[in-house]
Amino acid sequence: MRKTSGIVKFLRKNAAGYMFLMPWLLGFFVLMIYPMIYSLWLGFTNYNFTKPGATQFIGFGNYLRMFGPLFGQSEFTTATGEVMRADPYYLKSLSVTFTYVFASVPLKLIFALAVAMLMNQKLRGVGFYRAVYYIPTLLGGSVAIAVLWRKLFEKDGLVNMFLGALGFTNLPGWITNPRYALWTLVLLTVWQFGSSMIIFLAGLKQIPQEYYEAAAVDGANKVRQFFSITIPLLSPVILFNLVMQMIGAFQAFTQAYIIGGGRGGVLNSTLFYSLHLYIQGWTYRELGYASAMAWVLLLIIGALTALVFRSSNLWVSYGTGE
Amino acid sequence: MGRGNNVKTNTIVRHTLTHLFIIVLGLTMVYPILWMIVSSFKPNTMIFSDPGLIPKAVTLENYVSGWKGYAGVTFGKFFANSLFMCAVAIVGNLISCTMAAYAFARLKFAGRNLWFAVMMITLMLPGHVTIVPRYILFNTFGWVGTFLPILVPKFFATDAFFVFLLVQFIRSLPKELDEAATIDGCSPVGVFLQIILPNAVPALVTTALFTFLWTWDDFFNHLLYLTKPPIFSVSRALRTFVGDAGAVSNWGGALAMSTLAMIPSFILFFSLQKYFVQGITTTGIKG
Repeated sequence: MRKTSGIVKFLRKNAAGYMFLMPWLLGFFVLMIYPMIYSLWLGFTNYNFTKPGATQFIGFGNYLRMFGPLFGQSEFTTATGEVMRADPYYLKSLSVTFTYVFASVPLKLIFALAVAMLMNQKLRGVGFYRAVYYIPTLLGGSVAIAVLWRKLFEKDGLVNMFLGALGFTNLPGWITNPRYALWTLVLLTVWQFGSSMIIFLAGLKQIPQEYYEAAAVDGANKVRQFFSITIPLLSPVILFNLVMQMIGAFQAFTQAYIIGGGRGGVLNSTLFYSLHLYIQGWTYRELGYASAMAWVLLLIIGALTALVFRSSNLWVSYGTGE
Repeated sequence: MGRGNNVKTNTIVRHTLTHLFIIVLGLTMVYPILWMIVSSFKPNTMIFSDPGLIPKAVTLENYVSGWKGYAGVTFGKFFANSLFMCAVAIVGNLISCTMAAYAFARLKFAGRNLWFAVMMITLMLPGHVTIVPRYILFNTFGWVGTFLPILVPKFFATDAFFVFLLVQFIRSLPKELDEAATIDGCSPVGVFLQIILPNAVPALVTTALFTFLWTWDDFFNHLLYLTKPPIFSVSRALRTFVGDAGAVSNWGGALAMSTLAMIPSFILFFSLQKYFVQGITTTGIKG
């Protein structure tokens, strides 16, 4: 009798947990696991949204389309005997995205840390300043700001008006010049450093003031204090920001889409990975190829994240003392 | 004495310089947004020639021309659509994410740690690998061209960020509260409704806030699923100002509607600032 009620109790305990977890579990299986397996399979097919009935398994065909040009192959034959052309823009989109990520993320973090340190003083109105500096982040991802950005960096835009007033001549149209277009997007991203700044600020507040005072007594100057106290104690926060910003940057889409008018910009200079994936999947309806692209992106992000975590035992300190 | 005064003066000078620097940098940062707001009230011909913040002439013509919208649907409809989606998304996220978070934070069940680890992995997983199959799935349901592909997932706690945020918050609540209630005969459902939810209001506000902002600003999903002008969201509708080559036909209207599109975010941000900071620091929300 007693034993049975114990089992019933045990079941009941589990039942409550799974009842509350049910929406998430359903979502996880139907909207996460199933799509992932499905897209893995789609990546090995020539699935086209307009003719799903003609779908064939083509082995690594989609992956050859992406990386074929790397080995000088512009055409190849798939497992089904079909001749396929390599994607002439894939590698371009990869290099655009890597340039964007490796330029924007470090710049953003450096800027965020610098401003956070500036604000981590006993100043009046820090709350207000913090709010003002957060505004670009609040709005930055929106279509509205992307539209504004286009206007700012056009040949007759606001930026050139200012530069012209400063005496510069022969100014380019920053958005329409393939040499600069990507950098306007990098700037747009760095401009949105607010979240990282707030996280750094919270991290800085955790560092006991006594450490700096003791270091000052020992004769360490500000630069020394920064590298010997601030950076090591803040390193877990830096790691966190680095990983999250990197993952986010690889998936950037909206700004490039709006600024390029739904395309990759002049000479595909702003053809972000996600944008290329969208164009392949939804403009050309090649959803099989788009799925393969998505998996490569997942692998790239996964590998880089693992690399950053791997490297973290070299530069991240979790101890309080040494 | 003299030395003390010197130190004091030094501090004042240093602080004044810091203030000055922060203000100048801050102004530079928000200048584009201020300029956008001001320019939306300038006559269309003057937007291109005037980098200043004080308009030489004020007009509402941009708002009138922009409000007309696209394909016979006005921005009034686009705003209504966006607000509707935000409201439903908030309800969905609040229900599903709090349920999952309560289970993870408080209930004991077999496999809890495993599922929690899985949830944390999905937090970092780029969404791209699920986009295509979801699109195909929603298309077979006949949902493309409706709000459903955007709203239904919210009822299944697909935004792991909020689950994590709420777990962190619920864990910080004193356990004695629910233990006492359990001893008094409260069921897990009772504890959830009467103890956890009322005490988790700050985290609920943060969840609602960021759900609003992300749904409001989302573009990718709106581009995929909101395929007809009558169901366009604001962000989807703003895209229609930008032509396929990237050229903008009606700059005044574009700036005016962009300004309007930013107002809800502004209001929420300035009225609920502390929830912002809380949300960002506990989960490191992207942005």
